[in-house]
Parts: sequence; structure tokens; C-alpha cells
Amino acid sequence: MIQAPNKFFGTGLPYVDITDLKGRLLVLEGTDGVGRSTQIADLKAWLELKGYGVVTTGWTRSPLMVRAIDEAKAGHTLNLHTLSLLYAADFADRLEHEIIPALRAGFIVLADRYIYTAFARFHLRGADPTWIRRVFGFALEPNLVMYMKLGIEELVPRVINPENLSRRYWIDRSGEGMDYWESGMDLRLGQDFYDSFVEYQKRMLEQFDLMATEYNFRVVDASGDFRDTNRALKESILTVLEHE
Amino acid sequence: MPRTFDVPHPYSGRLIIVEGIDGSGKSTQLQLLQKWLVSLGHQVFFTEWNSSALVNSTIKRGKKKDLLTPTTFSVLHATDFADRLTHLIIPPLKAGMIVLADRYIYTAFSRDVVRGVHRDWVRDMYGFAVKPDIAFYFRVPIDVALRRILNGRKAIKYHEAGMDMGLSDDPNDGFREFQGRILTEYDRIASEYGLTVLDASQPIEQQQSQMREWVRERLVGYRPRPYLPPAVELR
Repeated sequence: MIQAPNKFFGTGLPYVDITDLKGRLLVLEGTDGVGRSTQIADLKAWLELKGYGVVTTGWTRSPLMVRAIDEAKAGHTLNLHTLSLLYAADFADRLEHEIIPALRAGFIVLADRYIYTAFARFHLRGADPTWIRRVFGFALEPNLVMYMKLGIEELVPRVINPENLSRRYWIDRSGEGMDYWESGMDLRLGQDFYDSFVEYQKRMLEQFDLMATEYNFRVVDASGDFRDTNRALKESILTVLEHE
Repeated sequence: MPRTFDVPHPYSGRLIIVEGIDGSGKSTQLQLLQKWLVSLGHQVFFTEWNSSALVNSTIKRGKKKDLLTPTTFSVLHATDFADRLTHLIIPPLKAGMIVLADRYIYTAFSRDVVRGVHRDWVRDMYGFAVKPDIAFYFRVPIDVALRRILNGRKAIKYHEAGMDMGLSDDPNDGFREFQGRILTEYDRIASEYGLTVLDASQPIEQQQSQMREWVRERLVGYRPRPYLPPAVELR
């Protein structure tokens, strides 16, 4: 039988008792543009129909941290340690104020990204991998990490297509057709947004593939259409829930 | 993973820091030291705990609305520190200046642990910090500290008394309990990291003369010269 999360990732939260958590923590990981949020919305409805209480949570921007993170990203003062810690504070706030209370009340928590995204992003930017893992040592270990995997050639058209380019440039009026951060432009990995995007996402995929082994991710092929991926995700979730 | 605060820094400047509980008089002493160093002709830069432009308002808001957990409290102060280290501590050290810091990582090691975070975790989190050249710890009995604070203003502040931890309904009792626990952690840290302990119940001028004596000794051989990084080839 699968237990509720009863383990911390590292040193944990010494002042929090997690023996009474009743829910399940299910995580969806994968690079940008792989379709996580659409899947999460559908999985939530599906689980609710089965009678489970479901809470979803994203990555970054708790009410406490939203202002500081937005300001930091707007400025040009992005020191690696500072940025990593901003995200760690944001995650700690959501963990203690959303995730743990929901699990205590018996909800299934569906997380759109988790600490592994932070490991990949900050490793690529030069952080010591041990350091970043220890900083996030207060995290709960999830019951299941589903990794939606997509090769770089399939990823490109999902992110760079007429709808996205027009929306960003004309409707969002961001002044850019592609997203600065998704393209890893702070690292300038190529001549332009496109080249940098490909190189950055390739490196992200490499990181996720390594972690898939290290942390025993359930790898879900995301190259098919929405339904194929959706079916595979539901099967993974059922293996966790049906053990009860 | 190396903790850089365990090994001497390579910069030509000098980093002098002070630690101690609220009311220990450390800030007064550091200000007097600064005046003296400036009078000797040194370039001195002063920086204070929890003062970065980046997260200062977040911490203030979080404290006011009681939104902070021991972990977010701790990570936010580390964020503040990382920002100041990058912008206000390392550049003057590389330029060969004397940097004075009112509170440093040992404040987090003592206070955050008393609030409930893991001892190793908080040390690892600050693993990127620069080791100070001189670290003074102003050791003072709780009652002396309490008297000093109440001498200058009407009441103990909410967080000084650890009121958010619910130790006591009375601020003065809360202060004794909370700062007493911090004192115990500081004593452990003082031996763990070889801090220079000063008896902070002595008269101000006596402490200052001991402090200057220490600093004078440690500044022997100090030559303020800017560090010049190797040339970078432009692409």
C-alpha cells in the first residue's frame, strides 16, 4: 500500500509533524511547452469525478513572494544564489501554507512542477547541485513524479508556432515573440532567441533525463496527442491510488 | 559541497563583523570602530543585516501580517544576505576596502535554529558566504541587554521577544526566554567558528579599546590594493 508522504527530501522541517498527513502528493514535471497545465486541469476533474478532493499548486509566486520575484526578474541583478533562494522561499511558503495543510485534510495535491525544476534550472546556471538540493531539503518527497517527456524536435513546434508568436508579440505586447526565460536568454546560449531556446531546452531535457533515474520518475511519453498522454498519466496515477 | 565560510577568502580587503543578541551594544561598538578606521585613512564600507532593497519589504510585510514560518523567515534572510553579498560585500572586498557588517551568518545560525530550523540545513544554505577576517561576539547577560533596550525606548519589539513563537504573553519574559536560547546557540557557535568573544557588560570605552587592539593586530600586513581579474576576451 502506498503511504501518504511521510518522508522529507532532506533535513526537513523539524517543527512540523508529518505523521498525520493523509492525502497524496502527485507531481507533474517536464520542460516548458510540454502541456502540463492542460493535463493537470483534466486530471483534477477526473479525480474529482472519482470522489477525491483535489488541490492544484504551481511553481513560483505565492502571495508572500510575488512582488519580490517579479521585481528581481525585471531587474538585471540576478545573482544565482539570490534567485535560487527567492524560489526556495516561495516554495517553502506554498509547502507550509498550501500543500501540507491540504495533505493533512486528506486532499490529493497535484503539483505543476516541483523541486526538480529548480534543480535543473539552477544547475544549468552554475549552482552547485549539492547546494541546491540541500537548500530544498525541507521539501516533502512526493508519492509519484510523472515526467512528461518530449524530444527537442517535437518540443520546438509546440512552443514556436503562429498562435504563440502572435499572442506574445501583439496581444501580450511583450515586445518579444518568444519567452525570454523559456529561451534561457539570461544565459545567451545562441545568436538569437530561437538558437538559445533550442540549446537551453536541450540542456533542460538532459537534466530531467538524469533525474528520472536518480529519483525514479515515472516517464510518460508526451509526443502523442493529448489523449494518449492523458491516458498514460491516468494509468500511472491509478497504480498509486489502487494500491490502497 | 564546500562551505566557503570555512576557508579564508582570497580578496585583498578585510571583512570585520559583529554578532550578539539585541541589546548587547554591538552596533554602538561597530560605529565607534568605523570612526576610528576612517580617521586612520582607511576606505570603510558598512552593511547591516536584513537591509537589502530586494526582499526587505517582503520580510517587513510578512512579519507584520504574521505570515512567516521559521523556514520562510530563514530563507528570506538568506536571500537578503545573498543580495548584499553580491552587491555590497564582495565588490568592496575585491577593491581592497574594509567591510564592516553589523550581524552576519552567525545571526542566522543562532536565531533561526532557535525558531526551529535544522542546524545543518541553515549552515548549508549559507554555504556560499565569505569567511570574515575578524568576527566579534559581544557576550552579555540577558538582564543587562534587557535593561539597555528599555533604557532607550518604552517596550521590547514583538520579534525581539519571540512573541510569534508564543513563548510568553509578557514581552519581557518572552525576551528572556527567547534571547536566552539564542545566547546558548551563540556560545556553541563561538567555539565552533572561533569567534572573538568580548565581555559586553564592560564599559563602552573599555570594550572599544580591546576591539581596536584586536583589529590593529589583524590589520598588520593589510595593503589596500584592488584585485584585477584576468582579462576576458570579448566575443
